[in-house]
Amino acid sequence: MLEVDVKRRLGDFGIEARFSSDKGVTALFGRSGAGKTSIVNMVSGLLKPDEGRIEVGGHVLFDSGAGIDLPPWKRRIGYVFQEGRLFPHLTVRSNLLYGWRFAPAAERRLGLEQVVALLDLGALLKRRPRSLSGGEKQRVAVGRALLSNPRALLMDEPLASLDVLMKNEILPYIERLDETGIPVLYVSHSLDEVSRLARNLVLVSGGRVTRSGGADEILSDLEQWSPGDETEIGTMLATRVSRHDSEAGLTHLDFRGGELRVPLVDIPAGVAVRVWIRARDVSVATEPPRGLSLRNVLKGTLVEIGPDDDAGPLAELRMRIGDAPLTALVTRQAVRELALAPGREIYALIKSATLDRRQLSLVAAMAGPDRDA
Amino acid sequence: MSLWPLSPEEIEALGLSVRIAAWSTLASLPAAVLAAFVLARYRFWGKEVLNALLHMPLVLPPVVTGYLLLLLLGRRGLVGAWLEQTFGVVLAFRWTGAVVAAAVVAFPLMVRPIRLSLEAIDRRLESAAATLGANRLWTWLTVTLPLCLPGMVVGAILGFTRSLGEFGATITFVSNIPGETQTLSLAVHSALQVPGREPGAMRLTVIIIVVTVVALVASEMLGRYVARRTQG
Repeated sequence: MLEVDVKRRLGDFGIEARFSSDKGVTALFGRSGAGKTSIVNMVSGLLKPDEGRIEVGGHVLFDSGAGIDLPPWKRRIGYVFQEGRLFPHLTVRSNLLYGWRFAPAAERRLGLEQVVALLDLGALLKRRPRSLSGGEKQRVAVGRALLSNPRALLMDEPLASLDVLMKNEILPYIERLDETGIPVLYVSHSLDEVSRLARNLVLVSGGRVTRSGGADEILSDLEQWSPGDETEIGTMLATRVSRHDSEAGLTHLDFRGGELRVPLVDIPAGVAVRVWIRARDVSVATEPPRGLSLRNVLKGTLVEIGPDDDAGPLAELRMRIGDAPLTALVTRQAVRELALAPGREIYALIKSATLDRRQLSLVAAMAGPDRDA
Repeated sequence: MSLWPLSPEEIEALGLSVRIAAWSTLASLPAAVLAAFVLARYRFWGKEVLNALLHMPLVLPPVVTGYLLLLLLGRRGLVGAWLEQTFGVVLAFRWTGAVVAAAVVAFPLMVRPIRLSLEAIDRRLESAAATLGANRLWTWLTVTLPLCLPGMVVGAILGFTRSLGEFGATITFVSNIPGETQTLSLAVHSALQVPGREPGAMRLTVIIIVVTVVALVASEMLGRYVARRTQG
């Protein structure tokens, strides 16, 4: 359990953030410059709030009222920085063990073997940071922070300096952090990462927390984001694997509005999966289409057309498919020609091939009864 | 003129030179690291004055440095008298005084590379150490110090070679006493004062060249080794 309530002025910019998070990954999500890094720096003790209170797992780390301000080395908060910050003069093994000695023996739940296994670091132990790839460096940085056996883990855009291939190489490891039971505060401006990793979400804008809560709930509520935002619009669907059709090479996912077919994934049936559907991958039809290659045709109702200001060539169509929301991005011209209007019955079309493994995130490990699709 | 074997006096001067230079380097190094750290990391009133004072021996004529040392640390000097009364330590005209003279002159040369090396350290590594649980002292010992090791090696090399060649401050402060303060460079000077001893001076010169080259080659190798270790 992590509770943050801090204020801090930084020149013309003011940060005023208040949120709490439970175990699992909580994403601090917002544009660059929104103040996310400053917030985690305050949690780590690297930046002092003007006033406020920070508590992690029942330990008060900062309380301006009570005059408490623990230095970073007494906070036991792990920190994975954007640029890794591995010690260049130490081997990977020594880097990993750097913080281990400082954890009280009784609180050393994670040892070298476990972390090496979790992050697949066995082959790197004798090497030095300079000879590692970007992705390997970040994996070591994650391991080093974990081995200090922290009460919470902060990750500040740990993938931002990596290319797409490396990101996909390291994301599965970060997904597995949930196994450790350590609460994670994950700073990101990438919707991809957030949708895949986060259980809880804290939206940050202009130094303030604009919303916080369950990730599914906030992510499927896309009125939060307007086009032009660097974050892409789309819909997060909570689904469950129903069956695999290996002959057709498709996996069937059930959700509140029906069924979705995606390219075969190796996730067992019954497991909850979150699917991120980009609005630009969804098209619409006013009649049941025939002779189409598309595997996903979902009948629903058009709820709203946005944005209201009529600006730009594209319109967002917000629909309901059964109980589930879905957003499509289409041209204004199509809206006119099809005479689309709220309340109208509509067919949403999604190309299966756009829903590859990257759009899917496992919520199995963290799924409680409240997360049923 | 044959170079080998060396005469007992030459061996004595050589041993004395190396001993004085080694002690001078060892004694200066911790102080140089401290001074470099203060200059690299802290801002305070009078920092420029301190910086200028530390660099004085570099620009002052060595004979002036030696004279100042004599005034300060001589048996009747301000600090020298106190040292003798309190600890019974006498520096003037002793080989230990030669160590002090060499150390003072070499000091600014040692501070500079260490300071540059400290300034080049990515301080975010120190924040990283703090988040892992290391307090300031431990961070300094396990991150800062190892990362400025290349600067310390360069500083020590410069200090050692400068001490080895020290002449002006030494002869002024501790005179030129064979077996006590007569280092190789002072021995060359003595030899040149006496007609007919030029061959002796030449032999000493060759010894100095050999010692310096050996020291430089060894230090270059050490420097490379350390740089390789610290940069990963």
